[in-house]
Amino acid sequence: MKRLPPVREYHSPVWSEPIITEMGRKGERGILIPKAEKEIRASARKGKSYIPEKMRRKQAPQLPEIGQPQILRHFLHLSQMCLGMETNIDAEGTATMKYSPKIDEALARSSKMTEIHPCQDEDTVQGILEITYKLDLFLREISGMDQFTFQPPGGAMATFANACILRTHHAARGEGPQRDEVITTIFSHPCNAATAATAGFRVITLMPDPTGYPDFEALKAALSPRTAGLMITNPEDTGIYNPRIREFTRAVHEAGGLCFYDQANANGILGITRAREAGFDACHFNLHKTFSSPHGSFGPGCAAYGVRKELANYLPRPVVTYDGKKYHLDDDRPESIGKLREFHGNIPAVLRAYSWIMSMGAEGLLEVARTSVINNNYLTKMLEEVPGTVRYYAPGEYRLEQTRWSWEKLTKDTGVGTLDIQRRMVDYGLQSFFMSHHPWIVPEPFTPEFCESYSVDDMDYWAAVLKQISDEAYSNPELVKSSPHRAPIHLVKYEGLDDPSKWAMTWRAFLKKRGEFSSDHEPKRDSVSER
Amino acid sequence: MKKKLGLVVNPIAGMGGRVALKGSDGKETIRKAIELGSTPVSPKRTAEALKRLMRIKGDIELITYPYDMGEEEAKESGFNPTVIGSITKGETTSSDTCRAAKELAVLNTDLLLFAGGDGTARDIYEAVGNTIPVLGIPAGVKIHSAAYAINPLMAGELTVMYLRGSNTSVHEVEVMDIDEEVLREEDRVSAKLYGYLKIPCDRKMTQSPKEASCRGEQEVAMMQAIAERVVDAMEEDWLYIIGPGTTTRAIMERLGLQKTLLGVDVVERKKIVANDVNEAQLIRIMDGKKAKVIVTPIGGQGYIFGRGNQQISPEIIRRVGPENILVIATPSKIYSLMLKPLLVDTGDEEVDQRLRGYRKVVTGYREETVCKVL
Amino acid sequence: MSKEKPFFHPYIPNAVPEIRAEMLKRIGVTDVEELYRAIPKDLRFKGKLKLPKPYSSEYELKRHVLNILSKNKTCEENLNFLGGGCWQHYVPAVCDEIIGRSEFLTAYGGTAYSTFGRMQAQFEFQSLMGELVGMDVVSMPGYSWGTSAANAVRMASRMTGRREILMPKTVSPERLATIRTFCKSVREEIDIAIQLVEYDTETGLLDLKDLERKISSKIAAVYFENPSYLGFIESQGSKISQIAHREGAESIVGVDPISLGVLAPPGDYGADIIVGTAQPLGIHMNYGGGMLGFIASRDEEKYVAEYPSWLISLVETVKEGEYGFGFSRFERTSYIGRDKAKDFLGTVAGLWTIAAAVYMALMGPRGFREIGEVIIQKSHYAIDSLSKCKGVKVFFRSNAFKEFVVNFDGTGKKVKVINKALLKYGIFGGNDISKDFPELGNSALYCVTEVHRKEDIDKLAQALKEVISK
Repeated sequence: MKRLPPVREYHSPVWSEPIITEMGRKGERGILIPKAEKEIRASARKGKSYIPEKMRRKQAPQLPEIGQPQILRHFLHLSQMCLGMETNIDAEGTATMKYSPKIDEALARSSKMTEIHPCQDEDTVQGILEITYKLDLFLREISGMDQFTFQPPGGAMATFANACILRTHHAARGEGPQRDEVITTIFSHPCNAATAATAGFRVITLMPDPTGYPDFEALKAALSPRTAGLMITNPEDTGIYNPRIREFTRAVHEAGGLCFYDQANANGILGITRAREAGFDACHFNLHKTFSSPHGSFGPGCAAYGVRKELANYLPRPVVTYDGKKYHLDDDRPESIGKLREFHGNIPAVLRAYSWIMSMGAEGLLEVARTSVINNNYLTKMLEEVPGTVRYYAPGEYRLEQTRWSWEKLTKDTGVGTLDIQRRMVDYGLQSFFMSHHPWIVPEPFTPEFCESYSVDDMDYWAAVLKQISDEAYSNPELVKSSPHRAPIHLVKYEGLDDPSKWAMTWRAFLKKRGEFSSDHEPKRDSVSER
Repeated sequence: MKKKLGLVVNPIAGMGGRVALKGSDGKETIRKAIELGSTPVSPKRTAEALKRLMRIKGDIELITYPYDMGEEEAKESGFNPTVIGSITKGETTSSDTCRAAKELAVLNTDLLLFAGGDGTARDIYEAVGNTIPVLGIPAGVKIHSAAYAINPLMAGELTVMYLRGSNTSVHEVEVMDIDEEVLREEDRVSAKLYGYLKIPCDRKMTQSPKEASCRGEQEVAMMQAIAERVVDAMEEDWLYIIGPGTTTRAIMERLGLQKTLLGVDVVERKKIVANDVNEAQLIRIMDGKKAKVIVTPIGGQGYIFGRGNQQISPEIIRRVGPENILVIATPSKIYSLMLKPLLVDTGDEEVDQRLRGYRKVVTGYREETVCKVL
Repeated sequence: MSKEKPFFHPYIPNAVPEIRAEMLKRIGVTDVEELYRAIPKDLRFKGKLKLPKPYSSEYELKRHVLNILSKNKTCEENLNFLGGGCWQHYVPAVCDEIIGRSEFLTAYGGTAYSTFGRMQAQFEFQSLMGELVGMDVVSMPGYSWGTSAANAVRMASRMTGRREILMPKTVSPERLATIRTFCKSVREEIDIAIQLVEYDTETGLLDLKDLERKISSKIAAVYFENPSYLGFIESQGSKISQIAHREGAESIVGVDPISLGVLAPPGDYGADIIVGTAQPLGIHMNYGGGMLGFIASRDEEKYVAEYPSWLISLVETVKEGEYGFGFSRFERTSYIGRDKAKDFLGTVAGLWTIAAAVYMALMGPRGFREIGEVIIQKSHYAIDSLSKCKGVKVFFRSNAFKEFVVNFDGTGKKVKVINKALLKYGIFGGNDISKDFPELGNSALYCVTEVHRKEDIDKLAQALKEVISK
């Protein structure tokens, strides 16, 4: 085995921060509000009470009263007890944790982005409309689709948009109610099934064949006059590219359905292969994954959803158009599926994605793809030498940007499972790996994805930590099973989370269950006055 | 408060396998095995499992039977067990296993651990049915029963999780009655559905928002969803032949009808026509009527016909027609097959052939999958 | 590998040819093409993608993008009176500072141990919002007010088994459009039907008589917003909830939390489920990109079981006295139940959630009371000033909170024309609502918040006078 770097003596800060509602003392202020001018207050005092009596808040909300430096310190402490992508090596599969360039962040914080209102006159936002339109053009080229929208605030909303479009498309052809089945695969992202179900479809989920490839014969058996469409991720979350994808889309089209390409896993195929040639009618990309917008502690994200021109009229409204001179927001689209969400989308992500592509260019995107595939296969070689790992499916075939592994052997030998290892990684300053979406077809899974931002040294370190933990599992399993030991907290007692007498989604709920909250509380703070 | 862990060891399980004898039932087989140099397997396996419990030693009270039915293994592993009952050392039989299990159940054990093979699982079932949670430490040869963990180590780990309360789900697994004599003499597997045992379900509690895995409670919800789908689609002028299993039981529960867990029931117009029928009765009932068959895979290997539901004979299947056979299964059941196909073994090759291919399987209210049938 | 020029980029450390060669050797191939062999030749993209030549230096990139962005005219450079679901409030510097921290900005999901800090911050959002709305369960926020309202409507439908809902005609058009998208189904018989209830043209308040006409045991929920999209405070909350409850329907109220320092929390007037946005709480407008929406309810299992979102819960750890955070009833969400789940979920609005938590902490109870009072004082000053303009009328003025309907029928000029003219004064006039609310004639929705100074309002009034008289 290649000589691995030593593992670091990491320890997380353990600030034991109280919950903010318990901090501060009466009278402290975090920020002051500008008072209304004297004249305004005077005219207001002319005996008018603008809030109807019964609508006035009688008791002040029991928010804490804390000074500004203390609030800042509290949240800074919390941030220090959080492993962001930038401060560690984050290889969460399907999340494409790549570097979000700081220059793009600076641009997104410009007041030219933050201080514009979505309903402003088109003439006043030509800059952002231009960027949005140009990103649309870039993605058309990258995917082969004919028009994009950025309204979906995440990948799940894009697949939901697709489900809505399937609905509208078939209804327009008079086949609406009978085409009520959507086909997906077990290794596609779970939101494909869930959003199709939300839109009212029946969902047929195909299991792969025993080697882990999507099963074409199963697809044929699933197709029928009730098929509305296929919603599939490729490469799937196992990292396996389905070589028969064209046959899949052809078969679905012959059955009268449409094909949707969930391209959350696009990082390994930019410039290599496109949705159009594979036979898809629509696709989506996650701007907060492949196109570098930061993940933001679980959002906001943005999904670019694109369709062939036959479906363009169904796109959510408004759509950005260009007449050769000016950019417009076209809201007059009677066939549109309507709106997925208020306004136009998470436009700052659009700005960042635009800037990132302008930094990369066509060649850059190709190198992104190649590097991520090389990275993943390099890591495979490293992990093959970590005791207890098993690479699942498609023996002898290379994966693209990520790989589904299993700790099955290690678990059988030691009783230590993937959940235990996931926690122990934190003790070495590494973000926990991603295991697998539900369900766990592969036992004790983990799925690393090393996109192009990571260096050889990063991957060697990651492998070194996994080897360390593997060694620990074989020699001292209890250490791993009882981890984490150097994280902000210890092992959580999960059973409390599903017990109505124990769960607490707010601090007040927690206090009530402990009997410490007086719901007929005396207002310790001033009552709210009228006006 | 301390959790109560019951322990029953079948000391002679697994002795036949080592010397290439199938199974260990019957004094004759045991005698042969000892002659051939076989030594007990269960005690060592039990100790392996118990060693994993050391980290919760202080929180549990281990109650067991004397000598090599649990006491010795417990002490060897560092426990100070409470010993109940009495046996004749070296001459234990299934009835001792049954008695031990019954007595431990009366003491309200939180979990009953047992070590042995298929025969032992049946003995436990005889004794306690599916009234209390149990878990098997595998010690026998070619164990078919799903009541066992994959190895002693995992049995120990699952026990720890269960007793700690961080994993409190149970689900029901089939106890198959493999006819071991047939197996030995004809080298053919013939299985009957014997009953269901309740075992802890390995609920993998993960707290990352990007993934999770959860069974147990979910299992029940899925069965109810499937049942709702089936019932909603029931038509007036059809007979419904409902095979054994917990998933099919949910259909009857939804209709408010009695289900023969291990047998075949017939329903028409949402009312019972007959319970626990055999082939002859089925043929009589079906005379001149349209019928659908609803089955679910039985046993760990995914047999939809031929293991536990032989009453639905090749003749019945011929009369009903493969297109009127509905296969239902919870998603967990499908996943547990680990991508292996569903199997048929009606005894009639022609009927088997007609059943083979790809078939839709209902897995929820509006959820389906497609399985290969071999 | 073809004779390609070596490619270097600061974001791709391993693109260096020597490094790549070493890695390929380790993998056991000579060319990266071998790794792509699973992709059929006829699916391989031929040639290069037609994209513009990139700016490889950061300096040139910055200039390029800023150049385009400079074409935007912002609400800082101009006087903005637009509202309608996205509003201009002051964003404290501490909020920006915290969400600018790398750890919060670039974390994703992680686990309770690796992203513990963000879970606590987001739990604190839930707790602080719980205090504002007066509820013990608050969700981790979802995409927006509209999508949360759609989720709540579907929750009510599942809980009651009914497929119809009622809402006032005054509901926000953007939110209504969103709710409609979620209420449709492939099979019409499982659509959730939306019926709109009339409103009093004088006060804007819900027409209770029409509500009585339309309520029935087929209704899953009555949804109304407070303050209304049209700006006024709906004072009949108790009555509306009563009517809903009488027929076994849920009462769902949508709120703008900036008002909750002075307005009663909806639980006080019978709300069962509360939804709302938190964009006014420390989040920049971002051209409509600063959206997030929450759902709140009482701490009862029948509600908790129906939440489609994540619910962060406090939970004990194995160390005595120590607490951590986890997700409650996790199997509800789409990651577990796949298509049996309660709607679906994905990457939501984590960073905005943290910003809003910081804001609520900074403001405290006094801050919320003061901002509510200031907003009302200023908006009513504006109402009075604008009413003095010839031909201008303000509808529903007595109960306005921060938005109000300004009608220009008396001026003979369309809102579009007036707004275009106001641009020349550096003013963004209120949202043109004449298309969505034709019964209100030629009207615009104006928004006044704590960021508007008296001189700003005076400037608006003066500009309007001039524009109208031209």
